Amino acid sequence: MIKNISNLGDAAVYCDFGSEVNKSVNSEVIKYFKALKKENVESINNLTPSYNKLIVSYDLRKTNFKEVKKLIENLNINEAQHKNNTKIEIPVCCDDQFSLDIKRLEEKLKINRDKILKNFFSKEYFCYMTGFIAGMPFLGDLDENMRVPRLETPRVKVPKGSVALTEQFANIYTFESPGGWNIIGNTPLDIFDNSKEVEPNVINPGDTVVFKPINIEEYNSYNDK
Amino acid sequence: MTNNFEIIRAGVNTTFQDQGRSNLYHIGIPFSGAMDNRNYSLANKLTGNKLNSPVIEFAYQGPHLKYTGEKINIAVTGDVVFKIIKSGNEIDGNCYESYQIESGDQINLISTNKSVYGYLAIGGGLDLKLQWNSCSINTKANIGSNDGKKLENGQKINILNINSDQTKKKTNYINSKVENIRVIKGPNFDYFSEEGKKIFFEKEFTVSKLSDRMGMRLEGSKIENIVNTNIKSEGLIKGVIQVPADGNPIIMLSDHGTVGGYPKIGVVASVDYDRLVQISPGSKIKFKEIELSDAQTLFKLYEMETQNLLLQI
Repeated sequence: MIKNISNLGDAAVYCDFGSEVNKSVNSEVIKYFKALKKENVESINNLTPSYNKLIVSYDLRKTNFKEVKKLIENLNINEAQHKNNTKIEIPVCCDDQFSLDIKRLEEKLKINRDKILKNFFSKEYFCYMTGFIAGMPFLGDLDENMRVPRLETPRVKVPKGSVALTEQFANIYTFESPGGWNIIGNTPLDIFDNSKEVEPNVINPGDTVVFKPINIEEYNSYNDK
Repeated sequence: MTNNFEIIRAGVNTTFQDQGRSNLYHIGIPFSGAMDNRNYSLANKLTGNKLNSPVIEFAYQGPHLKYTGEKINIAVTGDVVFKIIKSGNEIDGNCYESYQIESGDQINLISTNKSVYGYLAIGGGLDLKLQWNSCSINTKANIGSNDGKKLENGQKINILNINSDQTKKKTNYINSKVENIRVIKGPNFDYFSEEGKKIFFEKEFTVSKLSDRMGMRLEGSKIENIVNTNIKSEGLIKGVIQVPADGNPIIMLSDHGTVGGYPKIGVVASVDYDRLVQISPGSKIKFKEIELSDAQTLFKLYEMETQNLLLQI
């Protein structure tokens, strides 16, 4: 449920779903996001779902806060449309050349490599949001005993495809960028394809993601198929 | 032979821009588009283009271009010092006036005057590869035409078709400066101390050199946060003023990242956005609080004024 609807400046609506970060709160955000997206309102020019907020930006030349607020309040939030989310399998290789922070993870978590990987690959993750850099998915939740803070000094260049952990989330670097997350492996799959005009994202908010371990041979031959 | 402009000197930050790309924030892609929308539309109107056509946007120093091809018209908007060179003769160019250019002519966009962005519209269609329905170049994310990179020396800008109507068009317009940037309080306004709130609305800030199309960084008295200097990442829009732990505000501009985790003290009213982006580094800026209803009314008036200006051309 939306706790409060207010204005963010004069060209956006700020939907506040509370301060907690968990799957049930985020599922509500995604429900509203999907329902609004389906409405395809011409005057709305962007929807930004995050952990517990939804920002609806609009063209002030065509509408205003009052109208968009009313539209959100009168939305028909359909339970059914939320249930048919896609489940996506992402191949990840944790060979030494890719799992750049495995030693740090072992030290911080006080769990050995095998157990870290076993836990990481055994879970289903939920995509809370995508963003920061184009297409980057924020996937949760990691088990309590798998949570580590960001690196003290972020890397200037995180390799494209890096799969990394911080606190309750895993993410995937869709292209080379600076970043401070703990890198556990790398995926050969293009998570964000900027040559695609439609649906450049492989993972969208609300999707379920599982990681599948692959070895270095499978990694190297992945894009030959 | 193709009609084209050769870039003799690219300038500081010269890009193709149009109305930007919408409905992509949820996958992390910024809006982008021309920074100063009024000057962008005026440039297109002066050359007989559709108002949402691609133009060349430049910051501080613009490009120096040499034209080869059939007669074509161009127009420059903003507060720009430029020259047109016709068979060795230099002509001082006036903004808000169209010029006919012939093969061999050159346009030298020397500098923006006490402002940041200028626009060059070319009467016709540019040969550009669009990405998500927009040519707008975002150099930080490498999105848009020209592989998402700024224009470089030696490159050519190809023209696909030329507008047949090349009658001279002009309008009298002077870019007004704003004394205060009007701001609507943000969702985290109460994260800041009483003293911090007072500083925000009463003190002057200086625009930092680190400002670009992504954001305008300000320096001045520190704004103290008494609740939390980080929030859970959430969506941003252009004009949002975030205050990180160091107490110096940052205003999100057209190429801003789609989410951010710093508290939002306020949002610049849409009516002042075009003028905000033109405030150059080193200049002073002061904020003034405004209510939502007033911001809406003022924007309506600003839009009417823009429409009137366009109708006069």
